[in-house]
Amino acid sequence: MSDHTYTPSSKFGKWFNDRLPLLSLSAHFREYPTPKNLNYWWTFGAILTFCLVAQIATGIVLAMHYVAHADLAFDSIEHIMRDVNYGWLLRYLHSNGSSMFFLAVYVHIFRSLFYGSHKSPREIIWILGVLIYILMMATAFMGYVLPWGQMSFWAATVITNLFTAIPLIGESITTWFWGGYAVDNPTLNRFYSLHYLVPFLILGLVILHIWALHVPGNNNPTGIEIKQPSKGTIPFHPHITIKDLFALLVFLIIFLGFVFFSPDVLGHPDNYIPANPMVTPYHIVPEWYLLPFYAILRSVPDKLGGVVLLFASLLILLALPWLDRSKVRSAVFRPIYKQFFWLFVIDILVLGYMGAMPAEGTYLLIARIGTAYYFLHFLIILPFVSLVEKTDPLPASISEPVLTEKDKSDVSE
Amino acid sequence: MDESGKKNNRRDFLFTASYTVGAVGLGATVWPFIDQMNPDSSVKALAKIEVDLSQVELGKSITVLWRGKPVFIKRRTKSEISEAQAVSLEELKDPQKDEDRVKNPEWLVMLGICTHLGCVPLANKGEYNGWFCPCHGSHYDTSGRIRKGPAPVNMEIPRYEFVDNNTIKIG
Repeated sequence: MSDHTYTPSSKFGKWFNDRLPLLSLSAHFREYPTPKNLNYWWTFGAILTFCLVAQIATGIVLAMHYVAHADLAFDSIEHIMRDVNYGWLLRYLHSNGSSMFFLAVYVHIFRSLFYGSHKSPREIIWILGVLIYILMMATAFMGYVLPWGQMSFWAATVITNLFTAIPLIGESITTWFWGGYAVDNPTLNRFYSLHYLVPFLILGLVILHIWALHVPGNNNPTGIEIKQPSKGTIPFHPHITIKDLFALLVFLIIFLGFVFFSPDVLGHPDNYIPANPMVTPYHIVPEWYLLPFYAILRSVPDKLGGVVLLFASLLILLALPWLDRSKVRSAVFRPIYKQFFWLFVIDILVLGYMGAMPAEGTYLLIARIGTAYYFLHFLIILPFVSLVEKTDPLPASISEPVLTEKDKSDVSE
Repeated sequence: MDESGKKNNRRDFLFTASYTVGAVGLGATVWPFIDQMNPDSSVKALAKIEVDLSQVELGKSITVLWRGKPVFIKRRTKSEISEAQAVSLEELKDPQKDEDRVKNPEWLVMLGICTHLGCVPLANKGEYNGWFCPCHGSHYDTSGRIRKGPAPVNMEIPRYEFVDNNTIKIG
């Protein structure tokens, strides 16, 4: 944010801006030079911002009716669904909103992987993004526990039990998490407190994420560095704002399609049974957005090993900018990486499917291969490919591919 | 020692002393914020229960809730007992004699919690006639010992004692 040249036109504006440069900040956001060749995959940043704000807004009003107590929580959810004015709408927006949030974040992450947005000089943006993603998973998990249905209770039990795998201190850490000797009312209470807190931490990280983005500016589909501002850039407003709004509208159609036509399709029917610590449901599955990691956890026959691999699969993302050493950012100009990128996408989808299936027989075997490939991709394939790959020639500017294509079509006419 | 050296030593001492006092104070302030999450007095107070066993028939089991966790109390048949005792220790992942897991061989009292990730195993299921955990596929034998699957150790035996022939006290 280097443009301190903005001067408000009104006298009051100038007086105010000299004391708190909010108007300069707003001017920065309007003028922020954005590459003119961004495609629709770049609209998911705005969509994600909307998701966070929407989750906070629906969450705050749901908190006005929800009761965080083991004896009352389940009934208070039914109370919201049946008695509270528009309670059903607000709750379905919130519960489906989390799924849509994750859908958008996965697109956002894979866009980054494809176009090399995690590479120098944007490593800090990437790391902040990974931290946001991890906090999102923690928030979603704790939120899932709050209705205190069977899936809530047993998800809480299974996930908190991951920490018992830590040698020596595992048991006492888990007891500390629980506030008792099993998942119970104290656990529910603290999950509620943290579920309210963490989204605001995410909001803080999002501000840093955007700040870090505005230092080097956006990456773009060609991945080449551009001067800002220059002929290659356009002001954020109105060009990008209107494009982001259009994308958001399409996204909202899908989102509200779930909310109004199949609000429970992404959930699990067992969660409409009140929590019962005596009976575990036959088939426990986490929400869809956690399935690939659940598959990794279950693919290891050793308890500590499974937990270590689960956390490693997330933490390895932090090291990505240094594992993929290719100087060329965009997969468009990386013929070998491009193939491995799609193989990696398939691997994640396969792992997700295996996470939903019982951990036995062929399913388990495939999950193990998928897990091995996940780590192979980061630890062997990426460093090796970036070493040997012969990349295609980069265009001289972001306008060049468009202009030359136009020349070609002119010739053919 | 010259004048400036003395000054430096006094200053170093003051720095170290202030940092130490500061660190102790910070630690003492943070501790209540951490310790409040540990089990409170009301949770600890529920740590003992008495269970009447007179209604349990041979081969059946009951489940009671103790400290928020299910406890299986199984009245084992002769064949289940001999099956559990006949297993050689080398076959076991977490070697433990059946005799060491019971006070009276007829009664198996254990936490009904899979030692993998805390689900409640199903009775009379699995490849060893004992329990089977539906979550991640751990098989336990008639002594509640882990035989197959991801669980690392046998199901836990809580502290308990027979008050009389028909009553036990858990905790």
